[in-house]
Amino acid sequence: MRRRLIIPSWIPTLVVAVGLYWVVSYANSTARITPYWYSVIQLAAITAVSALGLNLIYGFNGQFSLGHVGFYAIGAYGSALITKDFVGKWSGGQFSALSWIMAGQAGILVVLFVAQGIRLGAIRKALRAALDSFMKGHEAWTLVTLVSLALVAFALAVGVAFTWALQRGFLFLLENAIVALPETAAQGIIFLLGLLNGGTMAALIAYLVGLPLLRLSSDYFGIATLGFAIMVYTALQNSDMVIATMKGARGMVAIPRWTTWAWVYVALGLSVIVMRNLIWSSQGRAIMSVREDETAAKLMGIDIAQQKAIAFAIGGFFAGLAGGLYAHLFGFLHPSSFNFIKGFDPLIIIVFGGLGSMTGTIVASALFALVIEGLRVVLPQGFEDWRFVIYPVLLLIIMLVRQQGLLGTTEWGWLRAPLPPERAVPAPAPVVSRTGVSEAKDV
Amino acid sequence: MNKAFLQYTLRAIAWAIYGALAVGIVWGVVLLVQVQGPVYFAQAVVDGIKLGFVYALIALGYTMVYGIVRLINFAHGDVFMVGAFSSYYAITQHGWGFIPAILLSMVVCTLLNVVIERVAYKPLRNAPRIAALITAIGVSFFLEYFTALKWVFGADFITYRRPFEVVVWNVGGVLITNITVIIAITATVLLLVLQYIVRNTKVGKAMRATALDKPTSRLMGIDVDGIISLTFAFGAALAGAGGVLYAIAFPQIWTFMGLMPGLKAFVAAVLGGIGNIAGAFIGSLLMGSIDVLVVSFVPTGSRLRDLFAFFVLIVVFLVKPTGIMGEPQVEKV
Repeated sequence: MRRRLIIPSWIPTLVVAVGLYWVVSYANSTARITPYWYSVIQLAAITAVSALGLNLIYGFNGQFSLGHVGFYAIGAYGSALITKDFVGKWSGGQFSALSWIMAGQAGILVVLFVAQGIRLGAIRKALRAALDSFMKGHEAWTLVTLVSLALVAFALAVGVAFTWALQRGFLFLLENAIVALPETAAQGIIFLLGLLNGGTMAALIAYLVGLPLLRLSSDYFGIATLGFAIMVYTALQNSDMVIATMKGARGMVAIPRWTTWAWVYVALGLSVIVMRNLIWSSQGRAIMSVREDETAAKLMGIDIAQQKAIAFAIGGFFAGLAGGLYAHLFGFLHPSSFNFIKGFDPLIIIVFGGLGSMTGTIVASALFALVIEGLRVVLPQGFEDWRFVIYPVLLLIIMLVRQQGLLGTTEWGWLRAPLPPERAVPAPAPVVSRTGVSEAKDV
Repeated sequence: MNKAFLQYTLRAIAWAIYGALAVGIVWGVVLLVQVQGPVYFAQAVVDGIKLGFVYALIALGYTMVYGIVRLINFAHGDVFMVGAFSSYYAITQHGWGFIPAILLSMVVCTLLNVVIERVAYKPLRNAPRIAALITAIGVSFFLEYFTALKWVFGADFITYRRPFEVVVWNVGGVLITNITVIIAITATVLLLVLQYIVRNTKVGKAMRATALDKPTSRLMGIDVDGIISLTFAFGAALAGAGGVLYAIAFPQIWTFMGLMPGLKAFVAAVLGGIGNIAGAFIGSLLMGSIDVLVVSFVPTGSRLRDLFAFFVLIVVFLVKPTGIMGEPQVEKV
């Protein structure tokens, strides 16, 4: 009796992952690839992080979002504000963006908690029921709205007070402590905090935007999110009216170029791990059930609104994280990098890779970069303009040939759904053939 | 405190709020008018309606196609651009007049859109809807970048030569050009023709049936594929006319000109309730007016107009998720 050796699926995945990391670092350190291609590879990995987020929203949760680029932009500008402010500190600036951004997010959370704590929804419902008995519907609605506006104003006031207190009382100390560290350590911490803040900002805004918009049905939601992305874009173009360092339509400059292959790769790896563990958990099954059939999911006791908002916020976090890495890759941000046409890129990637396939998204991100940049190399002199003529033709052909995307919904290696834990299986009964002779004896 | 007293007090509060809102709105409008004078306001409204009519011509193509095949045809704005360019060549190089040029644009766009439909969308009729959407985005890229090649239309801005002289009438201070009049007349005529076709002819009936239920229509002997092609053709003809009118109103054309008007028109169609012809018309006029009013009255409005346009869209969605004239969706189990 020979036992088959079963290799756990994480081993080949780890080997490939480490190998990929090493190949790129090696090629870069020995100058086998030009800095240009080095940044293209990094950009591909960054796009993969953002596309994974969109795949969670659209591929796994079924919410057709065209506004992903908006969260990408929020993450990029949010983290760039922090790191740029930090770098400015050495030239005599005031370093306070980090504490204010963190405190502001905490303040928004406090507003949400207060709104939930005073049971805004329950109050509205009870008030409505009480008032409906003796006045017209619209009158009751007006009064209820008045009351809820007052409560929201209260929650906002608490949030603003909290924000202010947090920044003044605590977070500026954190900043001072970081600045007191040796420069390289401080740099790493600030970059990490900047990236995380970009992600959480995007997630928070995604949650707030998603709360009302996710009630819309598929195409309407897509259009509303597209509208959101264009609003973000327009706001960024005029951002210099509010925050001078964002420079509006002239583009934000002098962002430290801290993004390296290691940062990008770790971010991608962590995103993949988080995604994989999320998707194959009970939370992930709840998210996917919303995609399959909302009514059935509701009947199974799943809070659909909650699941949609969670998926949208997590997807937004990935986009924000990717945006932060992008901002520090080139050190320059311009609103036109975030217009809605660019917003189609992650959508094309996830559809091309296969909706609901993490492996597909990663592979497609790499191929996407390879096609877009490869055409630049392949095309002869004088035909550079043909790049975006050939690319849509390729897109068309791929869509006509493989409508379900490159990988459909299949996954590879460790990303596959884990098998249920092994249970002690009773030894199989010998298979008895029709003639009554046991066939199991020659095993 | 008795109940009747409470009841009347609360109702009085509600009505006081209504009163305050009404006064606030009236006061706001009066203030708006007074800032620059009523003539300025009327001028903005006239210009907004002019833009709205052009949006309407594009929006109808979107709304009809969406109504029938549930596809956001992102390439529609680029068909509109091709319409503007073909009339440009007819006018500058061959000296054609306004009416022949607009007819030519309509024919060119119709042919183009039918070809696009056959090549890019028809093979995907039974595929997931997202596949068709991605091809639509692809077709849009293709049209933009292909026509931007040197030997097609070129990537530069081109000044459009109007096929007629501009005449300006001064109506009590409001300047109305013959461009506005021509746009209004052309758009209205085309809209009425379309409305007549959809409502009163057999083809229109077939279109409505196809929009409602494709398999059943097929069983009833309707050539569904033909009707879908026809819908694309009608939409493209209107977009072609819209392209000419847009170029006449804003005489600068380039191959990416279809992007933002196309998107705005689509949003206008959604605003009015997608799939609904009257809704698309109303939404477009609203969209055009918002655009011009924001530019005219908000400080730095020309930079913020998209922000306002999409903000209005989201507000409308939150109040009425299917648009102004859209029918509420029935949830099927």
